[in-house]
Amino acid sequence: MELAIISGKGGTGKSSISAAFATLQNEVVLADCDVDAANLYLLFNPVHDEEHVFVSGHKALLDQEKCINCGICVDYCRFDAIVENEHGVSILDTLCEGCLLCSRICPHGAITIEEEDRSRFYAGRFKNGRMVYGRLAPGEENSGKLVSKVREKAKQIAKESGVEQIIIDGPPGIGCSAISAITGVDAVLVVTEPSVSGVHDLKRTLQLTAGFNLPTSVLINKFDINRELSAEIEIYCNENGIEVVGKLPFDPIVVEAMVNCSSITDYAPEAEISELIKNAHSVIFQTTP
Amino acid sequence: MTPITIAIASGKGGTGKTFISTNLFNALQGSGLNMALVDCDAEAPNDREFFREGMLQGTRAVTQRVPVIDKSKCTYCGKCDEYCNFNAIFFLEEPPTIEVLEELCHGCGACSVACEYGAISEKEDLLGHVNRYCFRTGNELIEGRMEVGVHVSVEIIKAAIKAADTFDLVLLDSPPGTGCPFIQTVYKADYVVLVTEPTPFGLSDLKQSLAILKEMGIPCGVIINRADMGSDDARNYLKQENIPLLMSVPFDREIAVAYSKGELVTNLNDDWMVKFTELYHAINKQFEAEI
Repeated sequence: MELAIISGKGGTGKSSISAAFATLQNEVVLADCDVDAANLYLLFNPVHDEEHVFVSGHKALLDQEKCINCGICVDYCRFDAIVENEHGVSILDTLCEGCLLCSRICPHGAITIEEEDRSRFYAGRFKNGRMVYGRLAPGEENSGKLVSKVREKAKQIAKESGVEQIIIDGPPGIGCSAISAITGVDAVLVVTEPSVSGVHDLKRTLQLTAGFNLPTSVLINKFDINRELSAEIEIYCNENGIEVVGKLPFDPIVVEAMVNCSSITDYAPEAEISELIKNAHSVIFQTTP
Repeated sequence: MTPITIAIASGKGGTGKTFISTNLFNALQGSGLNMALVDCDAEAPNDREFFREGMLQGTRAVTQRVPVIDKSKCTYCGKCDEYCNFNAIFFLEEPPTIEVLEELCHGCGACSVACEYGAISEKEDLLGHVNRYCFRTGNELIEGRMEVGVHVSVEIIKAAIKAADTFDLVLLDSPPGTGCPFIQTVYKADYVVLVTEPTPFGLSDLKQSLAILKEMGIPCGVIINRADMGSDDARNYLKQENIPLLMSVPFDREIAVAYSKGELVTNLNDDWMVKFTELYHAINKQFEAEI
């Protein structure tokens, strides 16, 4: 079973929940798909077995010697990435999407294409199984494609080693990387919090998972910060046929666990919050606690 | 005054970007500054939740051109597929098959250039909206809002920032992460405020954001949120690297509860009004020291 944990709004506790779920059993493949800010390796310190180069895209390079400043490429580029001023034509790296059109239409062969190959993804072992994680190099694009690569690798490892559970720690937002993280999974868990922002983003996230027809459940984190909104979330989920698998209280021990590089369920197995997380885990994976 | 753009960003999500952006904007509302707050987190735009009183002034659709293939004119030569660098054209020679995968299309127009048979025209696809909310002060909240199911928010972010170009002070509430939506937001900023939390995750993501901003040559300072929940590592790191700490916000249940209700702490408490006004001066001072 492949479970993706996402949230819409950032910082609701995706990674803490993913870490807890991953350490509740000994045979798991954990895929850290928050490739902009992959963090779980900090907790689990995995031993690397594999390192792969990820080509995230292309960038256009201008050869000033060949360029005659005709400006044709400026007209063709739809991303305003090529500008012409008193110094001639130049390419703005930040805006270039790597579509290659400029290199194709330049009559003087002055534009070449360079691969962006500084991003990596890794596979390794940690105490509860295997983990795969990607690191998008600063400023490189195509996080959705890197998420797909990380998931592909995780699936391959799971298949080879006969592991059944894959846990995906997803990215915030509902754009390309979140879509890549949930496409075709068996179940989605949305971690939310009872704040106006949390609720707003939860609704958009549920709209997304409904659009993909994915079995989705919700976990309310820090529910006691605003019990009224928390109840509102429960009603909303109820009306939309979505199960709320748990309500976790606000507890500073979660941060303490993280500072001590441990999952909350390993750090404080007896704590109320750990019990609630274990319970949510068994509801999702349909096992007895 | 010379127009200034300040972006509020963070690598890690949920560190308090929106908390800082909305309260900074609110604290400066009475100062006579001609200013706009731009919500660039188009995937999860939340600023509006804190400013219900803003009057909707206008909405503009943001679209992208995507190809439409006229199969009666198509000769199935495959050149458009060859030109597309985003795998957005699905092409098979046998049996002759051609389809546009719209969600992968970046709207670059390469396929239209490739086609020699006039088989490709273009239509406009809706990506999202830019909504403008006006306050009595004449200041505006400009919101970029992506349609659910759209993959990339970059064009919406660009359009939202562009809509703010008549203001003297522009605050950009950035999306999380360090990918293209973040780059697009900070790209034209004069100064970036990075909000972090004192945890290993927060620090790791902060370092990554700092590395990018350094590469882009944009000056920045840091705010540590929930400063008393975690370790001293972030604070020590800033000292060691000589990066200005602009403000520390302790964890306070009152703040968390107010935030959860969509209330601004600067409206509830004069002390916070003063602190956020001071934050603006601290940013200004740092900014001037950089130039």
